[in-house]
Amino acid sequence: MNQLERFLRTDPRDPGCGETMRLLHVYADALLAGERPELRHPGLAVHLLACSPCADELEGLLAAALVR
Amino acid sequence: MLELAPGDQESAQWLRELRGPGREAAYERLHRLLLRVARGELRRRGPRAGIDGPELDDLAHQAAADALVAVRRKLPGFRGESRFTTWAYKFVVFEVSTKLGRHFWRAPRARLDAEDWSRLPDRFGLDPAREREWRELVAALRDAVDEVLSERQRRVFVAIVLDEVPADALAERLGSSRNAIYKTLYDARAKLRAQLVATGHLDADEPA
Repeated sequence: MNQLERFLRTDPRDPGCGETMRLLHVYADALLAGERPELRHPGLAVHLLACSPCADELEGLLAAALVR
Repeated sequence: MLELAPGDQESAQWLRELRGPGREAAYERLHRLLLRVARGELRRRGPRAGIDGPELDDLAHQAAADALVAVRRKLPGFRGESRFTTWAYKFVVFEVSTKLGRHFWRAPRARLDAEDWSRLPDRFGLDPAREREWRELVAALRDAVDEVLSERQRRVFVAIVLDEVPADALAERLGSSRNAIYKTLYDARAKLRAQLVATGHLDADEPA
């Protein structure tokens, strides 16, 4: 399957940006703790694969956690 | 109800200080942290947006100040689902996204509704050497965009996919939100895929 076909494929578990933004700090902290947040929040994991702005913010939040 | 993770002394201390008699000093300390995060985030994402130097620092100050306002307003709603700082940093990361979205339109190349389909193969990494395999699919997609999308879905699809307008920038221009833009694009993707399945260009049963 090429990238275009993957892009067109949608997943009904995807909760959208709003719910992802609401829980992004929880997801980030779980990742930082070495947990597997995709098991507890599968919808967010789906969304983060499909939405580059939200994925970028997760990356930024993980980087920010290194700030002291 | 506030329920901090066991052993999360740092968050407990932040909350004590931000709610105590020395709260303004604590907010100043938090502001310094938010500013560091904003600068780091803009250094990470700024080059993609062509931002550096004094402009970067100015945006960082704006983002940190706005994030601090958000933290003050939302602190009563902090429920301890994460460390306090992760929760607070989220607001500055969001503010950076908003500022970058506004900044996008200042670039001369920024435009809406260009609808340049020649960009699509590169956008999705379609190998020119294998054009025979995907040319028909792209042509069918173009037909489907004309045939099945609403005007708004078409506009969002063209802006995000063909013109590579960031979702936050598009939300800013259309007076919308990233969530609404994403939902519109999500519905467009589903409609386009259904049409391509109906016309025999995609397999309905392909594994994810």
